[in-house]
Amino acid sequence: MSRETGHSDHIPGTCVFTGQRSQKGLKLNSFAFSLHKAENREAYRKDPETYMNSYGLSAWEKQKVKEKDWKALIEEGGGNIYMLLKVGAMTGDGLVPIGAQQRGESVEEFMKTRNVPLRQNM
Amino acid sequence: MGRLVAGIGSSHVPSIGRAFDQNQQEVPEWKPLFDGYKPAKAWLKDVGITHTVVLYNDHGTDFFFDKYPTFALGVADEYPIGDEGWGVRPLPPVKGDAAFSWHLANSLVVESEFDLTICQDMVMDHGILVPLPLLFDHKPDWSVRTVPLQVNVLQHPLPTPHRLWKLGQALRTAVESYPDDVRVVVVGTGGLSHQLHGDRFGHMNSDWDNEFLDRIEDDPESLVDISHDEYMERGGAEAVEMMVWLGMRGALTPKVNKIHRNYYLPMLSGMGLTVLEDKPANDAN
Repeated sequence: MSRETGHSDHIPGTCVFTGQRSQKGLKLNSFAFSLHKAENREAYRKDPETYMNSYGLSAWEKQKVKEKDWKALIEEGGGNIYMLLKVGAMTGDGLVPIGAQQRGESVEEFMKTRNVPLRQNM
Repeated sequence: MGRLVAGIGSSHVPSIGRAFDQNQQEVPEWKPLFDGYKPAKAWLKDVGITHTVVLYNDHGTDFFFDKYPTFALGVADEYPIGDEGWGVRPLPPVKGDAAFSWHLANSLVVESEFDLTICQDMVMDHGILVPLPLLFDHKPDWSVRTVPLQVNVLQHPLPTPHRLWKLGQALRTAVESYPDDVRVVVVGTGGLSHQLHGDRFGHMNSDWDNEFLDRIEDDPESLVDISHDEYMERGGAEAVEMMVWLGMRGALTPKVNKIHRNYYLPMLSGMGLTVLEDKPANDAN
């Protein structure tokens, strides 16, 4: 068991959402979680910088959110996918674009690997 | 007296809810999924279910990691529909039963020593809202009363499969000691195979899904000994939630009547459904 993650963390291409990752990503995930409220989405839309500052996000976190670098936010930032999906809802990115980026693929490339394309996932 | 009539395992993939709201039931990509729920819904109506206890997990609709309960039981008469970031789905508030819920709380906490978080205010997540309208009428109002039981499968350390099995057994004891004539189905939601992050995004495993569906029917205790790691390796990291089905299966008799099963593997997740009828030893059937 890894001391850093408190978990075996041996599955390739996987960041198990451990307590350590949750601790690291607490502010980031708190910001993302807050977007489940319509009034918070409105406040974020009006002034993203001020809104992210109110949750204490670091310069790195704010930069990665602006760049929509989901891969970095999850692998390095302790981001939780279910929370980040609420940020994706703001930027027009559903599960497929977020996932394809993490695989290093375009949405078109990723969709070719699927049995049945369902547009509700986009 | 309370009677535990059946158990159901069901996926709760959010896109199913969106397709449902958009009336996509007859669209070819979705028909195999929605048709699979029709026999289940009809059977549940026939056997006169009055209450559901739904074991599910929240996905950042109501619960956040600042204070994260391992198990949380709803004890309200009504539960509002959550906004998960895309607005509120057009469903009536989920109908609860505070008296029945408090009975379950007393039995689970005192008699069976499960130290649950008790919630008088709980907002409903797709973990419940995807399967519920596929299994029960909801217009103009829900045909059943629901008790939500939220399980942490997001932030490790997670409860073990063994603990979920024991929780299921404790739920049976709690239901059967209720003085009123409620007819209960226990529902476990989640899975089947899927991974939603990392290079392994999109991982699915139909062999594992079908093996799981077989074993949950006939050899459920063998699933109790599987580690979180193995659930994640075989099904994908987020598919560790498949163990929530053990809370449902643990509530049932060792042998069950297999009523219905469905499986569909379209895009990102294995979508499974199983309907199992409880089979007490003194039952002539």
